[in-house]
Amino acid sequence: MAKMVELEKLEKHFKIPKSLFGTDSRVVRAVDQITFSIEEGEVVGLVGESGSGKTTLARVLLSLTKMTGGKAMIDGVDLSKATKSDLKKLRREIAVVFQDPASNLNPRQTVESSIMRPMVIHGVPRAAAKKKAREVLDMVKMDERYLDSFPHQLSGGQLQRIAIARALALSPKIMILDEPTSALDVSVQAQILNLLLDLQEEMRLTYLVITHDLNVIRYISDKIAVMYLGKLVEFGPTEEVTGHPKHPYTKGLMDAAPILDPRLRGRAKELMKGDPGSLIDIGTGCRFYARCKYASPECEKEDPKILSVGNGHQVACVHPLTSEP
Amino acid sequence: MKETLLSLEHLSIDYKVKGGYLSAVNDVNMDIREGEIFAVVGESGCGKSTVAHSIMRLLSGGNAKISGSIRFGGRELTACPEKEMEAIRGREIGMIFQNPLDSLNPVYTVGAQVSEAIMLDRVEKQEAMKRAIRLFQDVKMPDAEERAASFPHELSGGMRQRVMIAMMLSRDPRLLIADEPTTALDVTIEAQILEIIKELKETHNTAILLITHNFGLVAEAADKIAVMYAGEVVESGDVFEIFEAPMHPYTRLLMQALPRSTKREGRLQTIDGSVPRILDKKPGCRFANRCPCAEERCRNETPEETAVSETHRCRCFLVPPGQPSGRKGT
Repeated sequence: MAKMVELEKLEKHFKIPKSLFGTDSRVVRAVDQITFSIEEGEVVGLVGESGSGKTTLARVLLSLTKMTGGKAMIDGVDLSKATKSDLKKLRREIAVVFQDPASNLNPRQTVESSIMRPMVIHGVPRAAAKKKAREVLDMVKMDERYLDSFPHQLSGGQLQRIAIARALALSPKIMILDEPTSALDVSVQAQILNLLLDLQEEMRLTYLVITHDLNVIRYISDKIAVMYLGKLVEFGPTEEVTGHPKHPYTKGLMDAAPILDPRLRGRAKELMKGDPGSLIDIGTGCRFYARCKYASPECEKEDPKILSVGNGHQVACVHPLTSEP
Repeated sequence: MKETLLSLEHLSIDYKVKGGYLSAVNDVNMDIREGEIFAVVGESGCGKSTVAHSIMRLLSGGNAKISGSIRFGGRELTACPEKEMEAIRGREIGMIFQNPLDSLNPVYTVGAQVSEAIMLDRVEKQEAMKRAIRLFQDVKMPDAEERAASFPHELSGGMRQRVMIAMMLSRDPRLLIADEPTTALDVTIEAQILEIIKELKETHNTAILLITHNFGLVAEAADKIAVMYAGEVVESGDVFEIFEAPMHPYTRLLMQALPRSTKREGRLQTIDGSVPRILDKKPGCRFANRCPCAEERCRNETPEETAVSETHRCRCFLVPPGQPSGRKGT
């Protein structure tokens, strides 16, 4: 299979000035040395607490913000060396769906013109765009009569369908789904997840799904990437990562996630203490050091490298957990 | 058996809207005992927050028409004069909300805000601050003393919710209403807050009314559950019993819509159609238009709540009273 997205030591560092007029600045390493790849037609889930850099990573891939180091290849195009026309091509191939559809659709435009907009921008003739708008609306299983509706006339689930239809308008190869169901009710969430999976299988789309809901991630993804304070701490097939987490952080995250069965209430679990803290002027060493119960002096000294532990499973930890009993 | 602290009987709330009355809550019955976590679950617009707010009398007066009874510790709250109600809020019934930033004053330190609540009991300022810091320690606020001098914007979402819990604890209420207390938080912080709420139940024997849309939270913490749909409680009772064998078609479909496994095990169950807007009550089951098992009778007659077992009630014609339903899945 071809690699659709290939990230190598990808970095996005922000500089923030120490004082209003000073030249000194501090560095926020929001995305730091991230290496993983997504194959064509694969669904990769990205998890982590708020502030772990999930959305920043997505913004880099969408070329909404420039990376500051490393390499990112998307469908054969090197993002750091991309020319204007490369970027224009990439923007057709990579689409995005955000969490809150209501705030991403223009309240004064009809559904039809919202869906047509990306096509018009990319030079699709109006007549063809009109036809395609009907097609994509049909793909997301919505009736044509909604073409003339305005966003305020639609429910949350319908709006999310419109957002997905708009993302499909330019026939992308990759879709980035940033919390696609977080704002939705359980029954609507099920409809949207089913729809996303149907579309993905029919069109062999590649998905990067960002969410903090572990039940959703486990359901939808083939592989899971876990981020902590800008670092990739664990990456591997879904069953491996959820069944045999190797990084203490991943284990903590799994333990914290509520399980939908009251009989498992008393199960052994360890709750992580505290919160991730700040990314500003973060020292060397493992970033999970302060919250980790297995931490040893060497963890504080050096940043753990990401190592393979078999079955396509990678972990960045000096003391990876052994398989659970 | 623990004593019943709050009991709602035939509680109905109608909002006056253009063109009639919108039935937001209809014939709700709940009994919440001391030291018990009672979860009300349902999708948005099902009336769960309206129920919670009506207990505290926080609904905008002119528009909401309340009937039925809300009995709290032997008093009828619907007939309470406003003065008495003021004394009950905070002192006897505490409340925390989804977004703590809406409830905190941005220009005072959080320590000052919690000690203000303590000073209501004529405690001196310095003593109040000391107690506030102790409360911060109780809710496991890191660096409690330093944090007490912080302003709300300097704290993370989890810490802000801890401040709200500390403030609520300072009044030591008998009932805590928690309206989506962890919805805005990360799972790790959610788990920590849930531990604090459970501890509160154990050590203070506080009754907790947990309003949520998250079935995971209910499975982790609740003793009792009430599932609401379109303003009515469709099923209620013991958490273990209802997770094990949900009876009402809505509860059953909802439980199957939750992602539990991986996509290899097939697609998720969905519920077709949408929640009806109930203008002026008409007979018929409110779920009938979406229910895969609906019969003629469901559309013409209104089902009553019946007891399936001693600890399990259901509002459905198809679930025979007193014995488990023969119908399985859909």
